[in-house]
Amino acid sequence: MFELVRESRLKYQYWLDIAFRNVTRLAAFSVLILLLALIGSLIVASLPSIQAFGFGFLKSPEWNPVTDEFGALVPIVGTLVTSAIALLIAIPISFGIAIFLTELSPRWLRRPLGIAIELLAGIPSIIYGMWGLFVFAPLFAEHVQPWLIEKLGPSPLFGPLFQGIPMGVGILTAGIILAIMVIPFIASVMRDVFEIVPTLLKESAYGLGATTWEVMWNVVLPYTKIGVVGGIMLGLGRALGETMAVTFVIGNAHKLSASLLMPGNSISSALANEFNEAVGGLYTSALVELGLILFFITFVVLSMARYMLHRLAKREGT
Amino acid sequence: MLTLYARRRLINALSLGISILAMLFGLFWLGWILWTLLANGLQGLNLNLFTQMTPPPGGEGGLLNAIAGSLMMTFIATLIGTPIGILAGTYLAEFGQRGWLAPATRFINDVLLSAPSIVIGLFVYEIYVIKIGHFSGWAGAFALSIIVIPVVIRTTENMLRLVPNTLREAAAALGTPQWKIINFVTLRAARAGILTGLLLAVARISGETAPLLFTSLNNQFWNSDLNQPMANLPVVIFQFAMSPYADWQSLAWAGALLITASVLTLNILARVLFRQTAPSH
Amino acid sequence: MSTHSAKITTPKLIVRDLNFHYGTERALKDVNLTIQEKMVTAFIGPSGCGKSTLLRTFNRMYELYPNQKATGEVLLDGENILDKKQDLNMLRAKVGMVFQKPTPFPMSIYDNIAFGVKLYERLSRYDMDERVEWALSKAALWTEAKDKLKKNGTSLSGGQQQRLCIARAIAVKPQVLLLDEPTSALDPISTAHIEKLINELKTDFTIVIVTHNMQQAARVSDFTAYMYLGNLIEFGDTSSIFTNPKHKETEDYITGRFG
Repeated sequence: MFELVRESRLKYQYWLDIAFRNVTRLAAFSVLILLLALIGSLIVASLPSIQAFGFGFLKSPEWNPVTDEFGALVPIVGTLVTSAIALLIAIPISFGIAIFLTELSPRWLRRPLGIAIELLAGIPSIIYGMWGLFVFAPLFAEHVQPWLIEKLGPSPLFGPLFQGIPMGVGILTAGIILAIMVIPFIASVMRDVFEIVPTLLKESAYGLGATTWEVMWNVVLPYTKIGVVGGIMLGLGRALGETMAVTFVIGNAHKLSASLLMPGNSISSALANEFNEAVGGLYTSALVELGLILFFITFVVLSMARYMLHRLAKREGT
Repeated sequence: MLTLYARRRLINALSLGISILAMLFGLFWLGWILWTLLANGLQGLNLNLFTQMTPPPGGEGGLLNAIAGSLMMTFIATLIGTPIGILAGTYLAEFGQRGWLAPATRFINDVLLSAPSIVIGLFVYEIYVIKIGHFSGWAGAFALSIIVIPVVIRTTENMLRLVPNTLREAAAALGTPQWKIINFVTLRAARAGILTGLLLAVARISGETAPLLFTSLNNQFWNSDLNQPMANLPVVIFQFAMSPYADWQSLAWAGALLITASVLTLNILARVLFRQTAPSH
Repeated sequence: MSTHSAKITTPKLIVRDLNFHYGTERALKDVNLTIQEKMVTAFIGPSGCGKSTLLRTFNRMYELYPNQKATGEVLLDGENILDKKQDLNMLRAKVGMVFQKPTPFPMSIYDNIAFGVKLYERLSRYDMDERVEWALSKAALWTEAKDKLKKNGTSLSGGQQQRLCIARAIAVKPQVLLLDEPTSALDPISTAHIEKLINELKTDFTIVIVTHNMQQAARVSDFTAYMYLGNLIEFGDTSSIFTNPKHKETEDYITGRFG
């Protein structure tokens, strides 16, 4: 009797198991579909632009809605240069923060400080943009930019980068705001990878009489190299795709200029500013193609980041 | 002439000093930004903000329609994204040992997790807004849900992986079918962590601006019809802050304070919750 | 000696030519043995010898993981449980298991017990209450737990949690109970509790216990199997294994010269 009850319920459980597994599988599969749909729809929408300009699109600095001539060079350069500036500033600072959080900070301070850094990462990017435009840019124009123009402007090597008038907004400002944004991302990944270094390894180095700095530089950093680079790439991915923080402060000018103090444009800010106002098929299509290019660049960068972090985790696991 | 040892100590002291400066540098921005928000936003924080609609330039008003729109779209996006995210995360953690689907999904999901949000707005515009012919609250909610899904997948998988295998074995040892093991034992053991991830996802989308620009856009008036363009805090802040009108700008600051306060509260809440209930590992 | 031959024994589980593979690594090598009904059988041996692996083939727990495979036969009442047609859930309802570390489910004490019962039986509220009390009493936990049945299972002490897991396993009325080092994470007092419990439970259940503690094997079991490197070296009456081992390896191990 007892056995019979069991048997009758079993078949039913068997089907439920299969149903449940397939529902979760479908959900996982939908993520792949989502990505394919995303790429597909962007390609379809940018076809008119691709057909009209071909590969020339990537090299042309032209951006003229009146004559329907478009090129992606200015926003691509803007995106790459602002992100490069951001990384240049963010990497050493994030490294310092990560060292402080893993090795120097007193135990009781570690958690609150870690949370503070993560909160910095949680602030919506539009806030960074507003703050950059209303607070940072005016101060930057008044106190820092004149100094840069005066001191570095005449230098033959860096001079061309620091020409013009102090306007506050521009490529350099956008890069700095981006740096402040990505510091918490890079710092927390670095902290996380530093923490996986086996205590024994660090203790062996300390046991030889190495200083904290020597342990970090000669033991921890080489051990976690791939992870650190992965973290940096993750920050780079963020910086490349960031919209609001940049749109407020980059100046939105479709002009190519050697000086970092001049306004420029990035892919995401061009989209944010122009997409809703774009009239005419080719204009819209060119903007979508910009989006496609941005997605492609970040996809490559993020894939590399994940690959590196994954390799570190895998080595750690064995 | 320094001895080698003295030089090593000097380098050590210098670099550690710099690392302390770096830490202060990071905290400095956090402090400065929060202070700016309080200084500019507090004065606008009054009852009108929550009872009146967004005004025309020069008029009196509040942010009621934008707050309501943000809440509605965030709610719907979470409602759409959560089940898909939890189910997919469950697949990765519980069924993902064999086959190609799990590693592929995991990889794509990691990429989507940090994909530029403006491109997601572009995507929803292309496949939805164009089809129905106008901006709408639904479109905004869809775009936000695409941001929710990867966050929830990631945390669900991670939290399920923290559940010790012995618990699964113990449930299996009673003859429990797998769907019951997962639903009543493992997911239950991981629920605090998953809830944390959900809160973080909500925090993330409540500040997102870029994906809403081409989807829900904005609406100056009260609107509870998701088929119409819908006001929302981030886009209102963007438009008002970029405008030349002082009234609008001060409303933007008040909105910015509101948004930051809620995002940071959600973040802190999530951490406190996780710390209290998560199994230590 | 003669007391042992007086035992009336019926075979419950018969293991024939059992091999086990973790990927390419062979963890059990042609194991043959018979486990008698309503007796306690202990598996001993140094870590990595395959004793837990052998235990986990009895409820096919290894099926949860890819790349683990058992070949040969394990007959439960004459039916080969390694057969593909064997329903796993059904098997596990008949063969219960308790693990090294206590594994209370994230639910109340009451629900911990009721969870397994509900899988296969529809009981009225009253019958379920009875069953929970029965299981908890059998596991010698009723007096300690009866006032906090609604509390979370994790609120109990380690020893109590382990008895809760035993109660949970016997509540579904299995025929065989597998214990995988059930006391290795417990203090001596809780260990004594559990050992006493094992002695009482064998009137109703066939018990197989894996232990790394030889005194424990000597105290609780009727039969003992000594394993080494995936081989079953010696199997027999517990008293003869401990007083008169036939193999040199067994003797070395139980006298502490090795392992």
